[in-house]
Amino acid sequence: MPDALPHPTLGGTAPPPSSRQLFLGFLALGLMGFGGVLPLARSMLVERRRWMSAEAFTELLGLCQFLPGGNIINLAVAVGLEFRGVAGAFAALMGLIAGPTAVVVALGVVYARFQEDPYLQHFFAGLAAAAAGLLVATAVKMLAPLWRKPLPMAVVALVFLAVAVLRTPLLPTMAVLAPLSILATWWSARWAR
Amino acid sequence: MGTLIALALIFAELSLLAFGGGNTILPEMQRRVVEVHHWMSAQEFSALFALAQAAPGPNMMVVPLVGWHVAGWSGLLVSSLAKFGPSSLLTGVVLGLWRRFRDRPWRRVVQTGLVPMTVGLVAASAALISAATSTDLGLAAITLAAAAAMLWGRLHPLWLLLGGALAGLLGAVVG
Repeated sequence: MPDALPHPTLGGTAPPPSSRQLFLGFLALGLMGFGGVLPLARSMLVERRRWMSAEAFTELLGLCQFLPGGNIINLAVAVGLEFRGVAGAFAALMGLIAGPTAVVVALGVVYARFQEDPYLQHFFAGLAAAAAGLLVATAVKMLAPLWRKPLPMAVVALVFLAVAVLRTPLLPTMAVLAPLSILATWWSARWAR
Repeated sequence: MGTLIALALIFAELSLLAFGGGNTILPEMQRRVVEVHHWMSAQEFSALFALAQAAPGPNMMVVPLVGWHVAGWSGLLVSSLAKFGPSSLLTGVVLGLWRRFRDRPWRRVVQTGLVPMTVGLVAASAALISAATSTDLGLAAITLAAAAAMLWGRLHPLWLLLGGALAGLLGAVVG
């Protein structure tokens, strides 16, 4: 029974999951992950189900952060692919987004149905304001490590100006500012030495 | 049909541009959906974003919701496929190459080098979403309070969302 052996590069101690187990594992993850799936993903993959080692998790996550798309979404694809090829990647991805999609549509139905109700309007306006506040807090937390670095901060300011104030399209903006961002960070690190 | 094609094109492009996670593409999503296609107002977009924040799961759940709002079930399917398909394919392709490049110094330079751009994009998202939701002083105060509580408090974000919604309701009852 070759399936009983752990995966060669992922270093988990449990037998490799089937596509069905991948689907169910990521389904649970998607439904439980309120306000951030990442910590839960690590505990499920490394500690509870032991599909992979802590090192393999960190390395795969590094890849997923490097690529476009949501980290967790890419992680589900990568883990599924490693264990069960394309079918596994599909199972893990579907598991991850099926539950949240159902919840979000249910909320959308409620919102659309009662959009005209003044109390519910205020309820959702307050919810939206708080959600905006959480995003502001995320931005502040991400800014903190760059605060005293003039070159990277200049890039942050340029991106902000282009995207939030001038509303330039993202594709050309990134084509210009991504190389600038990389250069600024590289120079800034060299000066610091 | 034209709407579905437009949805597919927008989200496939955003799928491949979403370096640094979902929040970085919110400004472009808002620009396309609100300013270019006029499918909804900026307030409606912010409301959908809020609904997606209140749901569990990855922080990209605003995508199926926008698709559903614009074109029903087929819109949901098309936007999800366009958003999650291309980046997943890319992940699959790069996974093999990655193991080869993992120790090269340029990989670190590029990875850390993209951080300022990511931070700028998230800051722009925060500003645009806040500007759209702060239609009066009370709502602006809720945004500030939620941000402060998130930065210095230890409450779970879901409680802050619930608190904000109840504060909004209170504003309706009192005002």
